[in-house]
Amino acid sequence: MNTAPADAGWRFRVPSVIPGFGLTLGFSLAYLTLIILIPLSGLVWRSAALGWTDFWAIAMDRRTVKALEISFGTAIIAAAVNVVFGTIVAWVLVRYRFPGRRIIDAMVDLPFALPTAVAGIALTSLYAPRGWIGSLLEPLGIKVAYSPLGIVVALIFIGLPFVVRTVQPIIEEIDKEVEEAAATLGASRFQTITRVLFPGLAPAIVTGFALAFARGVGEYGSVIFIAGNLPYVSEIAPLLIVIRLEEYDYAAATAIATIMLALSFVMLLVINLIQAWSRKRYG
Amino acid sequence: MDVRVANVRKEFDRFPALHDVSLDIRSGELIALLGPSGSGKTTLLRLIAGLETPTRGAIYFGDEDASHRTIQERNVGFVFQHYALFRHMTVADNIGFGLKVRPGATRPPKVEIRKRARELLDLVQLSGLEDRYPAQLSGGQRQRVALARAMAIEPKVLLLDEPFGALDAQVRRELRRWLRDIHDATGHTTVFVTHDQEEALELADRVVVMSQGRIEQVGTADEVYDTPNSPFVYGFIGDSSSVPVKIEAGQVWIDERPIGLSVPAASNGDATLYFRPHDVELLDGCSGCIAGTVVASRRVAGTRRVELEFGGHQQRVEIELPVEHPAAQKSRVAFRPRRWKIFPQEA
Repeated sequence: MNTAPADAGWRFRVPSVIPGFGLTLGFSLAYLTLIILIPLSGLVWRSAALGWTDFWAIAMDRRTVKALEISFGTAIIAAAVNVVFGTIVAWVLVRYRFPGRRIIDAMVDLPFALPTAVAGIALTSLYAPRGWIGSLLEPLGIKVAYSPLGIVVALIFIGLPFVVRTVQPIIEEIDKEVEEAAATLGASRFQTITRVLFPGLAPAIVTGFALAFARGVGEYGSVIFIAGNLPYVSEIAPLLIVIRLEEYDYAAATAIATIMLALSFVMLLVINLIQAWSRKRYG
Repeated sequence: MDVRVANVRKEFDRFPALHDVSLDIRSGELIALLGPSGSGKTTLLRLIAGLETPTRGAIYFGDEDASHRTIQERNVGFVFQHYALFRHMTVADNIGFGLKVRPGATRPPKVEIRKRARELLDLVQLSGLEDRYPAQLSGGQRQRVALARAMAIEPKVLLLDEPFGALDAQVRRELRRWLRDIHDATGHTTVFVTHDQEEALELADRVVVMSQGRIEQVGTADEVYDTPNSPFVYGFIGDSSSVPVKIEAGQVWIDERPIGLSVPAASNGDATLYFRPHDVELLDGCSGCIAGTVVASRRVAGTRRVELEFGGHQQRVEIELPVEHPAAQKSRVAFRPRRWKIFPQEA
């Protein structure tokens, strides 16, 4: 039954005899339509009313472009930083037993729960030029708060749990014997990590990156406190949308939102394709 | 390479897994560590590999004390029960891994590694599969790849931890014969762990029977089967029946009656008689034998297993009869073990 020739094209795979396929698929589609698809298409609809020339003018506006650059750039940098440190945190939590491990494990989820504005204010007071950390960094000429660097710091805080929570279960699953096998074959610890363990974790790390990145792009609450919100320097796209809304310029707001939507969708799609490819290879 | 395990003790959290174990493994030998789970056989294997460090004692590779060498330096080939293949690497990359991670000076060129991987795949009869991923192979094929990977580094010793444990019976039997062939062709000193006595007896030059962290007996298949040196080995290897007896005046007694077996050297007292259920002599009359009523009779493959109840304490014992034997129809059977052993009762 499953041996249909490859050129048969798209078709439903015959579901198993266990019932539920129709019901669950129908529910999923209805749910996705109500919650995600209709609001998003409303967004596209509104910005389409703008007409192509006006849309293009808003999209190519230097302030818009700069804001998008800052939003996506900082989100990518923060996600990349989180991938490194989040993986290390996950590794430590899984592999080692030490006093306070459970507490640290629980703490990782705090950025999920904390109102983002609270996080933003806390980080700002720490990293402001007079703050605890900011005052140490200032003599070195590093300005964190009220600069794009501040945005990155806020996004690292927000995105950390995504990486830790996606990578952690995969590290738990690592077969100890695989590491032992590498060691008996003469691989050093470093070689074992880079050549054996890391490739196994890569799909989970990519997922963690995607989640942290997506969260970072849309983040608003924490960033506006620490960023300083200087147009062209540290103004993020979500803030620009809010500014346009406050100016009753709904068309411009939806246009920027649509561009963000499209960019995010393309990036997440690419990440998903990379994952599908790696899963196919490693089974 | 000779391997010598000298008075090794291993504790895990103060709980001893091995008590003072010593073992000499001769170069080129195929040796089996056989025992029930928890007997310490895998611990012993891992100690030889360097995956564990002994609490006391030492392990020598040839004349060199290897116990404080790292795993990487020991150059052993280790095959795991669940293969432990690197699933993101092709079969060829898996096999070549040990060569690829060598430091620059001793690392063969890429072409050479690839060639070696192909040769090993031929040896383990998987030619043509070098570009597959482990997920695309069957269990038996994966274990062959794991063996090829272990042999690629030209190990001093090949260590296999329940290599066929995760495979089904058919594949198991096939791989067993194949492992023997590979061993004969390559001549690696090989140690494998198993809890399957059939596997150990059929495959190994010598069998090391272990129980509760101790070596009970070391010998060829014939030695451990025909002359077990402890009640444990008697019970663990092959089928056995046991009967509590009394020794008096060089005779074996059951319920105040001699059963026609003499033990001139044994001291008087309680003891246990061990014999193989199939190795018995059936008797008609009974002056000096074990006689009992048949309480159960079961057909097992080519023989019939008969359970007898005898004596005042209603003890039971099992013997094996040929299927066609008339005695199986009777309600009373008398027999005497042909080959047997007496172990004094432990205090």
